[in-house]
Amino acid sequence: MRKYLAIWVTKFLIWAGKVAGKAGSSTPGRFGLKICPSLLADLASQVKEGIFVVCGTNGKTTTNNLLCAALRSEGKTVVCNNVGANMLNGVATAFIAAADMRGRLAADYACIEVDEASTLRVFPHFHPNFLVLTNLFRDQLDRYGEIDITMDIFKKALALSPETKLIVNADDPLSVALAVESGHPCVCYGVNEDTGFSQYAAQETKEGRFCRLCGAELVYRFYHYSQLGDYACPSCGFHRPDPTYAATQVNTNSGIQFTVEGRRFSVDYHGFYNVYNMLAAYAAARESGAGLEHFQQVLDDYHPQNGRMERFSLAKPVVLNLAKNPAGFNQNISALLEDGGSKDVIVLINDNEQDGQDVSWLWDVDFERLKQANVVSFGVCGIRGRDMQVRFKYAGIHAQLYTGVEEAVRNMLPSNAETLYVLVNYTGLFATHNVLKRMETQGGGKHE
Amino acid sequence: MNDSNPSKATYSLTIGHLYPELLNLYGDRGNILCMEQRCRWRGIEAHTVGFRLNDNIDFSQLDIILIGGGSDREQLLVCNRLKEIRQDFAAYVENGGVVLAICGGYQLLGHHYKMGEETIEGLHLIDLTTERGEGRLIGNLIIQSRQFATPLVGFENHGGRTYLGQGLKPLGYVLYGNGNNGKDGGEGVLYKNLVGTYLHGPLLPKNPHLCDYLLSAALRNRYGDSAGELAPLDDKEELAANASIVDRFIK
Repeated sequence: MRKYLAIWVTKFLIWAGKVAGKAGSSTPGRFGLKICPSLLADLASQVKEGIFVVCGTNGKTTTNNLLCAALRSEGKTVVCNNVGANMLNGVATAFIAAADMRGRLAADYACIEVDEASTLRVFPHFHPNFLVLTNLFRDQLDRYGEIDITMDIFKKALALSPETKLIVNADDPLSVALAVESGHPCVCYGVNEDTGFSQYAAQETKEGRFCRLCGAELVYRFYHYSQLGDYACPSCGFHRPDPTYAATQVNTNSGIQFTVEGRRFSVDYHGFYNVYNMLAAYAAARESGAGLEHFQQVLDDYHPQNGRMERFSLAKPVVLNLAKNPAGFNQNISALLEDGGSKDVIVLINDNEQDGQDVSWLWDVDFERLKQANVVSFGVCGIRGRDMQVRFKYAGIHAQLYTGVEEAVRNMLPSNAETLYVLVNYTGLFATHNVLKRMETQGGGKHE
Repeated sequence: MNDSNPSKATYSLTIGHLYPELLNLYGDRGNILCMEQRCRWRGIEAHTVGFRLNDNIDFSQLDIILIGGGSDREQLLVCNRLKEIRQDFAAYVENGGVVLAICGGYQLLGHHYKMGEETIEGLHLIDLTTERGEGRLIGNLIIQSRQFATPLVGFENHGGRTYLGQGLKPLGYVLYGNGNNGKDGGEGVLYKNLVGTYLHGPLLPKNPHLCDYLLSAALRNRYGDSAGELAPLDDKEELAANASIVDRFIK
């Protein structure tokens, strides 16, 4: 009985949340689990073929959505959690939403994005068959503490689920070291060639310069970005593993193209980091036995959304992208450099709890590079807009302060630049998305 | 910006950044960038030397030393290394050398850091001790220093509670946040030209008055008293960012 009550209450709250236009969906699951704590384990056990969990500092949402789409293209039924609901309660909401009123779940797979710090709370409920680890970067030190703390939590969580197969980014020494230390079965994906970014990447503040296994300084043949690259430890022999799913012939000059398993894939948006998101989803789906004959179609149909290089048609194209930590922001800047056209740039920085209240990380981002990105004008806004303005000043860039993102967009749209980029951190995302969508609708534009 | 006074172009400051490959948490780059830019905007040359753990340090060549924070493991490595060059470091400080020590870098200048059963011996450069307390002190931090009319603003995130010995003055008094230990109202230390503080990461960009205080002391040390007179800069954005924090949390 408790189970039915939990399902009904949760479903009612999901419905009520939708009516109220709330974006987050962790509250319904919290009530569901309170009423019936075993409900999540019960529903998860009904998934027929396998559960994927996607973790990592950056790229979780895109990777998880792509993976879900890839499995659906194979005719599978998939449970998937929504953006921003990647802690225990959000995971519960996703499962309950997919179940029927009597607690029956008809799903072949579940693709669940889980916040790294939440793995320890989620894994007691179910053990994933596969865990995709996208990368480990410095992120919100006031929330997560140092990266060592995140890795410790992760190790404890993995110990709860020894049968889980890891799908790991070979280019990230932190992720690989974690996989090695955990002793779990592991498959890697990675970019096999020098992509020519070493020059920038060498200057970035990075984690993982030292071998996690023995402490010696790692030696790199080349970097992609941050600590990602082709590394080896001169002392203990720890090195980049040869990836099973290796991207070659990577081109990011006009959209993105790369080859894996002899198949050539192509998308029309920018950002080298997207190669990793696509590769991770590809590798994970292939590991579950999917043929992925139609993966290019999956990529074509996948429109970046929820502020992941999301495009809006206003008086000119407006691109919204989430940038919430140095590694992510530096990749955003690379993507802007890949787009050779003229552009205006708005940066919105908040310091709400979910953003991390500490905005020190802004000084670890290489904003200086934007001086070479063909930018016509810069605008800043958000609760910490003034911090961002000072950051730009010391990068030698003048940025105009606006009271809000809508004011910034309205003032900057008439410029003669070809594209307007809006880079926001976490809590600015939904509000900015809504503002742009409304402006698009009012202007009669079409959302891609 | 070109300075109209050509003689200042001969002024040059060297900033020594201690062990950035180990102590690089929380955007220390902001402090270096701030010092360098504020020199350049005045026509003063400035460059930064990053020292690795086994490098020799010639303190006589340095005008400002920056030492940041790291994880416990990394801090211990640094502390052990600094003990080997303790005498030179101590002489530098006693002679009025400029030091900005933040968080972990601040803690290890004292006598010890007590972590439960374990006690890590510090450098004994200044008369202070630190012990690990219950929970971390995390949040925005605003202090009032005797040296400046404008408060100093920033962010703190530390598990250690630091207590100053008698006769030592804190850098400032807490207006908002915790500071040294959350109890006595003091934050950081100002000893000769050494500033130790829990205001971490990019402390200087939003506190240009503190940055200029350090630059001025460094110039006086190297070029005599008259060199300490700094040309004013337009700090509108910096002071607005500073004021927005003060207004938000205090008024």
